[in-house]
Amino acid sequence: MNPATRSPLTWAVHLSVLLLVALWTLPTAGLLISSLRDKDQLAVSGWWTALSTSTQNIVARAPGADTQVERDGKFVISGDVLEGTAAGEVSAFGFSSQKPTAFKAGETAELNDGEKLTVQADGSFEIVSDTKMEGSRGQRIFFTAAVPPRFTFDNYVEVLSAEGIGASFINSLTVAIPSTIIPILIAAFAAYALAWMPFPGRAILIAVVVGLLVVPLQMSLIPLLKLYNGVGAFFGVPAKTYVGIWLAHTGFGLPLAIYLLRNYMAGLPREIMESARVDGASDFDIFVKIILPLSFPALASFAIFQFLWTWNDLLVAIVFLGAGQDELVLTGRLVNLLGSRGGNWEILTASAFITIIVPLIVFFSLQRYLVRGLLAGSVKGG
Amino acid sequence: MQQLVFAVATMVAGVLGCAAYFWGTSFLLDLIFPSKGRSGIEGSRNLRITNAIRPWLFLAPALFALTIYLIYPVIMSVWFSVHDRGGQNFVGASNYVWMLNDGEFRQSIFNNFLWLLVVPALATFFGLVIAALTDRIWWGNIAKTLIFMPMAISFVGAAVIWKFIYDYRAEGTEQIGLLNAIVVAFGGDPQAWITLPFWNNFFLMAILVWIQTGFAMVILSAALRGIPEETVEAAVIDGANGWQIFFKIMVPQIWGTIAVVWTTITILVLKVFDIVLAMTNGQWQSQVLANLMFDWMFRGGGDFGRGAAIAVVIMVLVIPIMVWNIRNAAKEMKGH
Repeated sequence: MNPATRSPLTWAVHLSVLLLVALWTLPTAGLLISSLRDKDQLAVSGWWTALSTSTQNIVARAPGADTQVERDGKFVISGDVLEGTAAGEVSAFGFSSQKPTAFKAGETAELNDGEKLTVQADGSFEIVSDTKMEGSRGQRIFFTAAVPPRFTFDNYVEVLSAEGIGASFINSLTVAIPSTIIPILIAAFAAYALAWMPFPGRAILIAVVVGLLVVPLQMSLIPLLKLYNGVGAFFGVPAKTYVGIWLAHTGFGLPLAIYLLRNYMAGLPREIMESARVDGASDFDIFVKIILPLSFPALASFAIFQFLWTWNDLLVAIVFLGAGQDELVLTGRLVNLLGSRGGNWEILTASAFITIIVPLIVFFSLQRYLVRGLLAGSVKGG
Repeated sequence: MQQLVFAVATMVAGVLGCAAYFWGTSFLLDLIFPSKGRSGIEGSRNLRITNAIRPWLFLAPALFALTIYLIYPVIMSVWFSVHDRGGQNFVGASNYVWMLNDGEFRQSIFNNFLWLLVVPALATFFGLVIAALTDRIWWGNIAKTLIFMPMAISFVGAAVIWKFIYDYRAEGTEQIGLLNAIVVAFGGDPQAWITLPFWNNFFLMAILVWIQTGFAMVILSAALRGIPEETVEAAVIDGANGWQIFFKIMVPQIWGTIAVVWTTITILVLKVFDIVLAMTNGQWQSQVLANLMFDWMFRGGGDFGRGAAIAVVIMVLVIPIMVWNIRNAAKEMKGH
């Protein structure tokens, strides 16, 4: 290839990768940006317009007749239509829903009953009448306002307190941490036995573990639900407990844990173990003092997988922990919000971001272990 | 907060319990069959016995958990699938007969089939292309990280992200969903994408492709780097162009890895549940097996017979891949 032909090709590669990266990151970026926007703006304009000033049609109601003051022989009600809104400047206004933008800011509109309405660009308005006004319901004022972009943490404050996301966050942590630690310990011992201790039936056991790797979770749900109900009834305890879900996640995570760790341990040099054995170390000593420290990368890989999987899981959580308000994990809460608050994107985007922030932190800080684990778990099979 | 303390306490107790079990049983074994300091026949006999027992002590907790949580349920699911809704009375194959005549089930099978065709193919294809392209540019690793990122996002989180993209507002009002905004910008009519029968399947599949491409990319990228340089150099000398090198020299050398990626994603597709539940819950003809099964577990108080029968169907679909995996693993072990 000569430089003249290489250059456009290289540009094409750069451009297509840029396009693909944009495709893969924009959805998440849109979510993050939206969750930080003012909810009134979020509802009427796309997140890609977040930085530009938008126009918004708003309805305000003037105070009732009891607030009128007499001035120069006329009766005046005054106020500020922008009060309580995020809008910055009024461009047009009107007094009927048919013609909400009939008048420019600063003009005076003649109302049906002889009153005069003036709305200034800064939002202040006056209703002036020659006679004393009556009625407790104030005049409706329609106006179009330019709204400067506004970013806020209000959405987060709301979902964390009012929508139960905060409580669910704790629930998710409660589920995920023990569900990550317990299987590692159990699997490490089993993996060592399968990698370095000769015994009859070892090859078959390894084959069974490989087979169990792909057993669909769906197969386990009904029998385990029955079993849990039976155990719960027998001991007089609730069937849906944290201990139950920790053990369930442990069981479901074990095949991958054993498989990953066994592959890794089997690759450790035999000489280390043999020299330790010559020195009189028992299997237990060898495992604890030599194998475990050496296997740290594999342990870390599995721990990340298992944490991501248990944190992100929905199915196991709603079946074995329940879908009540107190025990919902983040994913379950999010599904509920999708149902009940389907149109309230300020709530959905903020909630979704809270559920994905922990996995994202884990992902970005420990990515290299994740990649290593993926490679160990998959390429070997080929 | 209190429950977090409880969780940590239970966790510490569990870890200590595990440690105590492994240490204690090892200690007991050595106490009952001492081999250290014993000479001759007794010593070697004890050593043999402890060596025969110890692996099983190491394995026992794992085997126990695997049996309770995976093996027992597989057998019992088959058993439940030939019993009635409560699991009391034997009903023969009637759950399966019901299934074959159920329109929703056939819809699910059809949709699952679509998913199986499209998702592994697209995810593997994009993964391969991205892996090949990012190897040639200096910021390739940053690009890979960003494309890999959705992997960390839960299916439900991804569903919210994409539901926002597919959001629909009536014609004439400003669209806040990206897809409809683009369609409108090009002069088209906005659509409620996820309610369009048949096509909505593809909008749901896009989510899984988005998540899984990173996985395919990481694995295929490693495989591409493992290709011996000489084969590529030889092709360059012979005058092959970029496309020929990629498709005729590189891709054939990583077929094995492509197959692993493909089957791994296939398994995932068979189990996909969260996305459909969160996006449509099976409405507008977008039902899939895993969601249908979940539905029957709780529908009308729960029909365990029908739910289990659907689970068995998913299992049967997985079995060929399971056999293939076991064979590969066995080959691998012989190679060691």
